[in-house]
Amino acid sequence: MRPSKSRGRFLALCLAPAVILYFLFMILPTLNVFRMSFFTRGAYSPKETFVGTENFQALFKDAKFITSMQNTILLIVTVTIITFFFAIVFAAILTREKLRGQNFFRIIFYIPNILSVVVIAGIFSAIYKPENGMLNSILSLLSGRTVMILWKDQPMVIVSIIIAMVWQAIGYYMVMYMASMAAVPATLYESSGLDGAGRLTQFFQLTLPLIWTNIRTTLTFFIISTINMAFLFVKAMVAKGMADVGLSFMYAQKDAGLYGYSMAAGVVIFLFSFLLSALVNWVTRREVLEM
Amino acid sequence: MKKFLSLLLALTLVLSMAACNGGNGASSNPPSDQKDGADSTSSEPTTQDVTITVAALASGYEEAYPGMWQEVCDAFTAETGIKVELICDKNLEDVIGPSMQGGDFPDVIHLATGREKGLTEQFIKDRNIAEITDVLSMNIPGENVKVSDKIVGGFTDTSVTNPYGDGKTYLAPMFYSPCGLFYNAGLFAEKGWAVPTTWDEMWALADKAKAEDPNLYLFTYPTTGYFDAFLYALMYSVGGADFFNNATTYAEGVWDTPEAKECFDIIAKLASYTNPVTPAQANDQDFTQNQQLVLDNKALFMPNGTWIVGEMAEAPRAENFQWGMTALPASKAGGSGASYCWLEQAWIPAGAPNLDAAKQFVAFLYSDAACAIFAKGGAVQPVPGLTDNLEGDNKLFYSIYDNGADAAMGNFAAYEAVAGLGSVREVFLDPVNNLVNGTLTQDQWISDIKAASDQMRANLMG
Repeated sequence: MRPSKSRGRFLALCLAPAVILYFLFMILPTLNVFRMSFFTRGAYSPKETFVGTENFQALFKDAKFITSMQNTILLIVTVTIITFFFAIVFAAILTREKLRGQNFFRIIFYIPNILSVVVIAGIFSAIYKPENGMLNSILSLLSGRTVMILWKDQPMVIVSIIIAMVWQAIGYYMVMYMASMAAVPATLYESSGLDGAGRLTQFFQLTLPLIWTNIRTTLTFFIISTINMAFLFVKAMVAKGMADVGLSFMYAQKDAGLYGYSMAAGVVIFLFSFLLSALVNWVTRREVLEM
Repeated sequence: MKKFLSLLLALTLVLSMAACNGGNGASSNPPSDQKDGADSTSSEPTTQDVTITVAALASGYEEAYPGMWQEVCDAFTAETGIKVELICDKNLEDVIGPSMQGGDFPDVIHLATGREKGLTEQFIKDRNIAEITDVLSMNIPGENVKVSDKIVGGFTDTSVTNPYGDGKTYLAPMFYSPCGLFYNAGLFAEKGWAVPTTWDEMWALADKAKAEDPNLYLFTYPTTGYFDAFLYALMYSVGGADFFNNATTYAEGVWDTPEAKECFDIIAKLASYTNPVTPAQANDQDFTQNQQLVLDNKALFMPNGTWIVGEMAEAPRAENFQWGMTALPASKAGGSGASYCWLEQAWIPAGAPNLDAAKQFVAFLYSDAACAIFAKGGAVQPVPGLTDNLEGDNKLFYSIYDNGADAAMGNFAAYEAVAGLGSVREVFLDPVNNLVNGTLTQDQWISDIKAASDQMRANLMG
């Protein structure tokens, strides 16, 4: 008995620092968010009054919150679909096809990911500039007349954000899929080739099923991070009120002196992202294929 | 072994407790400090070992003369012996915000209302600002003059400094700057256009300019935030002081009066004369491109403040460009225009650990020495005689009130934060973007304002 007991102690001791830190800096603040959502208070004053679920009731009647959640969902859905489509297609091309300068493309695609959002906002500010902006100039050149699309104004503003977010995210996920695609043994492709499978059949019958676990995990990742990234992009790129998302709503409420109310919004967004990830996980469940 | 382990675990526990206490300790100390501070200032000599923390926004003035605030703090230390620790940052809210949430407040904060993060407004709403009415009757350190004698009359009477309308002063009036419409004076001289003095002349000019150059629009604005000074001045020029006061306190029915209708009509009409690219660039990232429209002769006027000259100093511009500034036109011929006087405030948080030393610092801000240092950065305080020494563009800008424009001062009254009720900017100003791009009608905008205004009135503070 003695060895296993001391082994348990040793394990507990090794885990203790991480657990304590995690508890102090993750669990406690999260619980505190839940607690504060039942109070009205300012961010800088210690005075707080318990109001029960009033914050939540007001939240679901707040037209601004509804709109911002709609924007969040729209961004999650469109950005996820477009990003994953391109990331998987590019990854397949770069791993399976013999292309000149594969590494070059890999780096080019990955670069946006290491840029900070502020830099990206600066780049896209030059691209979307109404007069002599890059995008409008190219469109003018192609169409042969002066194109004046106001990218950062209604109704194009949400499209502009989608483009920027997709551009930023593709590289990272592409590299992830390239890694898992490289792990698929070449012999499988050879034998399927002998059986007469074309490139498309190979992609759908071999590549996709074999990297499915990877896609599932990254999908959950991506949805959670999109909630956060959408906020950063909207905040850095467009005017307040143009395309507010859930987290920018939460932030604005804090700045308006409604700390409890903004925490209530935080709780709803937290539960929303949690449920969404669970849902995605459940929907994408497949039998795991072994290689 | 067992003993050792339990000892180790106990140690970790104690350590983590201590770590938690570190934060609390900092916040629980100040109250006792405050008492000490109060005792020590009453008996002068012991102030020597007090250190106060001053947090000041590094705005355009600090940029124009780096080290401005540090110099003032040093002068204060030399005069009183009270040491000063200065926090000076462009994003002051982000620097001092987190520690204030933990209960650790600076002693003096120089940060105006009307910023996007609304930190000062939050303190006003929480009644978290120390009253400084008594500072007005204090002697300025090193001078035999009362503070109130150094402040131009009227500057301590408005809701900007007395947010609760009870005659008590909570925020000290610091730098002021006249706001108005900025334009290219060179272009006006070249074309022989007169600067409009009424709105009718304004619309006539818009059509004239359009006829000459289809790319030349009447109006643009950096962001919707710049409409606050514009709206205040507009309300003042259209309806005078009474209407201004009624409107800023959300008086019942005020938005149904003919004056209000005239204000709404002017803004809506102006929206139709606005350069259509404006809303696409009216964000924190691109607002300078809207300001560039005026430099490039693509828009005639924009609402702005005197800092625009320094802000756009490096920007390319049309030939013969010269800054001009005018007050808002009068509503009728023979009436007078108005210019909003934008005022920055310095204030003491209620949780300041060294209240008395902080008050001395605020009083010192009006000393001749401090005024001279601030003037080097182009910052002008409401102290008599200061505008006489201005040079260049600034001389022109600050003379706007001498040329017959009414000075509008004050702001929308503070109201308790209510869930679902937006800020003044969200309700009144942000929709201007939607008026310009056509996603909102004037009627909808007005009815939104009326609904929000009713709620604001119901939750007025004071």
